[in-house]
Amino acid sequence: MNTKKELAVAALCNGTVIDHIPSEVLFKCVKILDIANMSNAVTIGNNLESAKLGRKGIIKIADTYFPEDVLNRIALLAPSAVINIIKNYEVTEKFPVSLPDTIHDIVKCDNPKCITNNEPMPTRFEVTNRADIEITCHYCGHSVSALKASIK
Amino acid sequence: MNPNSLVSISELSRDEILSLIETSSYFEQNPNQKILDGKVVATLFFEPSTRTRLSFETAVNRLGGRVIGFSDANSTSTSKGETLKDTIKMVSNYADLIVMRHYLEGAARYATEVTDTPVINAGDGANQHPTQTMLDLYSIYKTQGTLENLTVTMVGDLKYGRTVHSLLMALKYFNPTFHFVACEELRMPQEYKDFCDKHNIKYTEHTDFGPEVINATDILYMTRVQRERFSDLMEYERVKNIYTLHNAMLTNARPNMRILHPLPRVNEINQDVDDNPMAYYFEQARNGLFARQALICRALNINPRQK
Repeated sequence: MNTKKELAVAALCNGTVIDHIPSEVLFKCVKILDIANMSNAVTIGNNLESAKLGRKGIIKIADTYFPEDVLNRIALLAPSAVINIIKNYEVTEKFPVSLPDTIHDIVKCDNPKCITNNEPMPTRFEVTNRADIEITCHYCGHSVSALKASIK
Repeated sequence: MNPNSLVSISELSRDEILSLIETSSYFEQNPNQKILDGKVVATLFFEPSTRTRLSFETAVNRLGGRVIGFSDANSTSTSKGETLKDTIKMVSNYADLIVMRHYLEGAARYATEVTDTPVINAGDGANQHPTQTMLDLYSIYKTQGTLENLTVTMVGDLKYGRTVHSLLMALKYFNPTFHFVACEELRMPQEYKDFCDKHNIKYTEHTDFGPEVINATDILYMTRVQRERFSDLMEYERVKNIYTLHNAMLTNARPNMRILHPLPRVNEINQDVDDNPMAYYFEQARNGLFARQALICRALNINPRQK
């Protein structure tokens, strides 16, 4: 039964499947991974049934393997996400994303008087509360919940 | 990145704070020395602040150094669109130390990342102003003979006032007790109360400002309640005079109590307090000179007592 559901989205010969993304953050995750600028086959499913999350999103990218630090960016919004590495239709690796201590140049600071919004420079946030995923701007000190953060 | 840069007071350890107080005291006794002979200090004030700039420039001049810089960004390439990074890199070619004030928050932190010249933050927007905190600490030490176990009452704008936030954080090493006196709209933010809880610092909150809290205080730290901070101007009109200190309120204060204020004051301290020996805000401003002399030496890695 489960296999059928997976197949309903799309079977993947080789590539990366990012599963168990909460529906409400799916498109932010798409943005974080810069999927809009990829030329490979990408399948995005949303509002799929999930025992764990109620409704979930899933992203499948054919013939692409991301560096781990890139995948871990997703943990900011979807700490429950699971990565599946597919080779020749088989799941060869399966691991949860893990939240880094520092978030480089992904989030835009919501303080209009922050230097990062007024200089051509990368942003940097420290994770200051891992339980609720709160991040704090390295420059101006403003804190924001990751779910409310604007993605650059 | 230079390790002697100072962006936030939280970068200083307990021992460093005590050593800076000792050095400030040394400079108070010997304010004129030639220890910065041949050094050039740049004071970059992207936002005007006459009081802070004059204090820094006096500190450098009395130590025999030279000052370059500007007091207003309108007269610089910033007005032509030059980035902060480029301005800092350019000035780094000329100066041994950069003292900067900027209207944007985080500007000083960023400046330290683009240069190997030491940078002292002289205020970045509503964010940090560590040299003000250092002069506050020196003033407290001078008037009380210690920083340990003091009761500090903070009055006025506790929500936006960066001086009270930085002072609160710096006193964490010294077992303080705080009383926070403010109207509902300008209460101490939760994150600073959490900070107190985390460091086992005792505090109480009050909306009434009267003898009861004043009489239990060693340091009365007054701040300005600014009209522009209020969303409801009716509320401002209601509270603007509630948090004013009058001389009559000091009758039963502890004899060692001193009144501090980062200045400028408007009407939160009545002029009849000025002649009370407990009024310390003008001497406090003078202490800024010695505290800044000590911080300049720290930034340049100079031990003035070994010269």
